[in-house]
Amino acid sequence: MWTWFYQLASPPHFYRMSHALVPWLLGLSLVLIAVGTYGGLVLAPPDYQQGDAFRIIYVHVPSAYLGSMIYVTMAVAAGIGIIWRIKLAHAVAASCAVIGASFTFAALVTGAVWGKPMWGTYWEWDPRLTSFLVLFFLYLGYMALRSAYDDLAKADQASAILALVGVVNVPIVKYSVEWWSSIHQGPTISKIGMPSITGDMLWPLLVNIAGFTLFFLAMLCIRVRAEVLEREFNARWARELLRGGAAGGVN
Amino acid sequence: MTTQRQRRLYLVLLVVTCVAVAVGLSLRAFQDNLLFFYSPTQLRAGEPPEGKKFRLGGLVTVGSVRREPGSLEVQFDVTDNRETVTVSYSGVLPDLFRDGQGVIALGTLADDGRFRAEEVLAKHDENYMPPEVAESLAAQGHPTAPKPATAGAGPALN
Repeated sequence: MWTWFYQLASPPHFYRMSHALVPWLLGLSLVLIAVGTYGGLVLAPPDYQQGDAFRIIYVHVPSAYLGSMIYVTMAVAAGIGIIWRIKLAHAVAASCAVIGASFTFAALVTGAVWGKPMWGTYWEWDPRLTSFLVLFFLYLGYMALRSAYDDLAKADQASAILALVGVVNVPIVKYSVEWWSSIHQGPTISKIGMPSITGDMLWPLLVNIAGFTLFFLAMLCIRVRAEVLEREFNARWARELLRGGAAGGVN
Repeated sequence: MTTQRQRRLYLVLLVVTCVAVAVGLSLRAFQDNLLFFYSPTQLRAGEPPEGKKFRLGGLVTVGSVRREPGSLEVQFDVTDNRETVTVSYSGVLPDLFRDGQGVIALGTLADDGRFRAEEVLAKHDENYMPPEVAESLAAQGHPTAPKPATAGAGPALN
């Protein structure tokens, strides 16, 4: 089992594996997002209160979910990198940040656009909104901290600690709507028992969540490949690969 | 044999636990300040700070919305089903504002016991359904049925 683990963590092995994976992840994610978006914007009925404005959830919810989940992924990868001294794990953590920050930003913007007509305000300093903004700043802080170091090993160590410390914010984002009175509505699909959304509105949302998640994995693979190559460009496998690649047929 | 690795593992767990405990304790200490709004019952109990702006949250009492013709002046009652507070407001109300809807008003308590709002926000619940489902739920008298956003209430409010 451990040989498998270490083999996967070996950069050249990962580089070869991920090459075949990216087109599948990307293709499947785009199909799912197309189906989910069509289902959400065209097939799903309008909401009894919000009318067509509720359709923002088909972008907002997957983005917000990924904004939080990518942070957890980043923290776990950073933790593995620190504890087991695995360089690939640090490369994964570093690659997560930009993608996570983008989804978090998308969730903030779509939420604000929806909030103006529905709540009557773009922004409120409410527990859910504020903790989610903190999540966005944690991503920015992580990226800024990394870029402040010239030495890659030091950047890995310092940013990993920030990623781990910041992970306590994720449960606060998740439970803020239950712990405190908030303007933001409570969870809809993760409620115990019946989700409080009808099936014809729910399925496009679930399809889009799956699509967005696969899209994240595709982006992550692409970024980690670039990150690994940059870190190891002096290693023999990378030099051989680059020489072969120039002649065509990278694999 | 892997003491070094184990020590790092415990160190990471310790750091995360310590930060979680510290943040948890601070949040508990600031619990009152994190309260986004007060309910009418809390308001009657004198919990909100006196002479300061605060937020009042609750449901709009059905049939309580009164508009001043020819102006943006509006009055309505906000209730938590135990206490009720009359709110006066001048301005444009959000789309979701209607009878029975959860709202949050920012303002001050006037001497006559009314709440003078400077801003009114509508709170949305976590239920999503097509209008037909909402109607049939209401027709069956379902306990969690949404207050019907009937055509009658719509034009009067907008």
